[in-house]
Amino acid sequence: MFPKWFDKWNRDNPTNIYGPAILVGALGTAVTVAAFLVIVGQPFKTESLQTGPRGNGMARTEFVSDLAKPDPAIEVMYTEAPYVPEGGEDLAGDIYQNVQVLGDLTDDNFNRLMLAMTDWVAPEQGCAYCHGDVELDEYGNDDLYTKVVARRMIEMTQSINENWDGHVNSNKQVGVTCYTCHRGLNVPSDIWFKLGDVNKAAGGWAAVQNKVTVQSQYTSLPSDALETFLLDYGRISVHDLEPHVAEYPSQEGVVSWQDTERTFSLMNYVSNSLGVNCVFCHNSRAFYDPEQVTPQWSTEQLGIGMVQEINNDYLVPLEGEYPPERLGPVFADAPKAACKTCHKGYQQPLQGTNVIADWPELATTGAPVYE
Amino acid sequence: MAEYQNIFTQVQVQGNPEWGMHTESAERERFGKGSFSTLIGWIGNAQLGPVYLGWTGLVSLATGLLALNIIGLNMLAQVGWSIPEFIRQLFWLALEPPSPEYGLKIPPLNDGGWYIIASFFLLISVMSWWARTYILAMEHKMGKHIFWAFGSAIWLFLVLGLFRPILMGSWSEAVPYGIFPHLDWTTAFSIRYGNLYYNPFHALSIVFLYGSVLLFAMHGATILAVTRYGGDRELEQIVDRGTATERAALFWRWTMGFNATMEGIHRWAWWFAVLTPITGGIGILLTGTVVDNWFIWAQEHHFAPMYDGSYGYEAYGSYEAFIGQEN
Repeated sequence: MFPKWFDKWNRDNPTNIYGPAILVGALGTAVTVAAFLVIVGQPFKTESLQTGPRGNGMARTEFVSDLAKPDPAIEVMYTEAPYVPEGGEDLAGDIYQNVQVLGDLTDDNFNRLMLAMTDWVAPEQGCAYCHGDVELDEYGNDDLYTKVVARRMIEMTQSINENWDGHVNSNKQVGVTCYTCHRGLNVPSDIWFKLGDVNKAAGGWAAVQNKVTVQSQYTSLPSDALETFLLDYGRISVHDLEPHVAEYPSQEGVVSWQDTERTFSLMNYVSNSLGVNCVFCHNSRAFYDPEQVTPQWSTEQLGIGMVQEINNDYLVPLEGEYPPERLGPVFADAPKAACKTCHKGYQQPLQGTNVIADWPELATTGAPVYE
Repeated sequence: MAEYQNIFTQVQVQGNPEWGMHTESAERERFGKGSFSTLIGWIGNAQLGPVYLGWTGLVSLATGLLALNIIGLNMLAQVGWSIPEFIRQLFWLALEPPSPEYGLKIPPLNDGGWYIIASFFLLISVMSWWARTYILAMEHKMGKHIFWAFGSAIWLFLVLGLFRPILMGSWSEAVPYGIFPHLDWTTAFSIRYGNLYYNPFHALSIVFLYGSVLLFAMHGATILAVTRYGGDRELEQIVDRGTATERAALFWRWTMGFNATMEGIHRWAWWFAVLTPITGGIGILLTGTVVDNWFIWAQEHHFAPMYDGSYGYEAYGSYEAFIGQEN
């Protein structure tokens, strides 16, 4: 290939080219990387949110690029300032037929809220989604299940804002509206249903787990955690400071590692729902110890109580109202809520946007207070 | 590139298969003629076979295959006998131990019964393979070091699946047979008993496990590094110390003041490896039977620090600052 004189010269002058080549290559790469870092900067910068005492690594870490992106649902949220009543206006309860929960509102505010609700819950279908394709004077009818459910959901929203202030407004005034869960959808995302035995080939403990389900958050952990804890008031804690000398796992009520796995399943669900990790609420060296938890732990306790009430007092009793396509795939049960239904992966729903400021009508179960 | 700077074994011997020792039972029960593979020669001896299983090996293989098939068929039943689903969900599937309420009674087949049967066959399989390591060593007039080392692993295996469940009074305490599910068990087990990291025997087991890794890397590297001086002839070098041993010893003595010997390093490695499951097994056996909460145990024994009260709340981050919404 090469001329003879070149081959001869090569033979006569053996040279180690690998050493210098590796050296030049390594140095060149190092210089290039260094120059890149100096000019462009660290491309994968992270930011940490400290959640516990210094030095024990309790923190939530996120990429700066992710933190820079606000929740897209905030920008498209519909809201409208209230019309402060001057006194003497006719109230919706007097003007319209069959107004059971918003009768204290003035006509303007009533229609303002109705309009907002269509945007939050049924932007495609509009008024007809609940009232049907009928004349205005027939809007008082309760013919459609959507209207019956919507009325109960308004009551629920008012109750959450009034009675669960400790959870919803624990950091600052934010409140909840229909939009907190619905986000422009008829049925909110991240609802759940009972699954029962997900593993038909086995019985007992083995039957409720080891399947990729939304309820297990795609893990092999039990799929009945939400049902056990957020519907049936099951015991979440797996440890106490009582002596367990005379206890055996085979006895009723003795907490076993199986119960721990179910609790772990719930905790994992909560973490994913809020986009956080264990140490957001716990010091992981002693999960059970209420003296080592973070301030968020108490907020979470209230949240669990709130979800239990939402499910048992509001969502489950509506079971008879829904058409079959809205019911669960296994037990035809009513759709239920949990952390993710509101939080949608954020520490605070809608990243702590104050959604209630414009809606005093939804902030209380009594007559709205306008300021 | 120099010959010794290689990932793979550089010296292969291929020719007439080496037949092995002539013992009476080996003559009778050995099968296969032995063949050669250049490919496996890159990572070990190029000779494949002959194989001498003996009755212990056959029993072990048969019962082991039975256990494996019971586990696999249970998993297959859980996905409706669909092979694609079996492959897709393999890491999620498991043969779980019985529900807690059955205690030490025999549970129904679909709620841990198959688990007990599979465990029984697995027990026979492991124990007969353990016997095989003894019998083979005896036939070869070897020491019984491998037998005892395997025994230490069996100790941990028995603690997890036999001794501790009996002490706890329930087969449900055993570990599920499944990829993710056995990890779920590990996490739940740790959290149920107040954080296993504060179990000193768990800590010792980790020391020996990571120590084994470190020793193995140090030893392998040292021997490869002095192979050019005959250091790979480790056994001869024990009693007839040559320049390879001198250099290797000097390297470590100058590095850390102390060096093992060609004999001693193997004793170090054996004890580290063997102590890993021995200490681990002790730690598991004490959990739930003697100690209910390892974190509290550690605090009582001044092993887990108490916070002095200065929690530093003022340094905790705010969510608004975190997402860049702080004004």
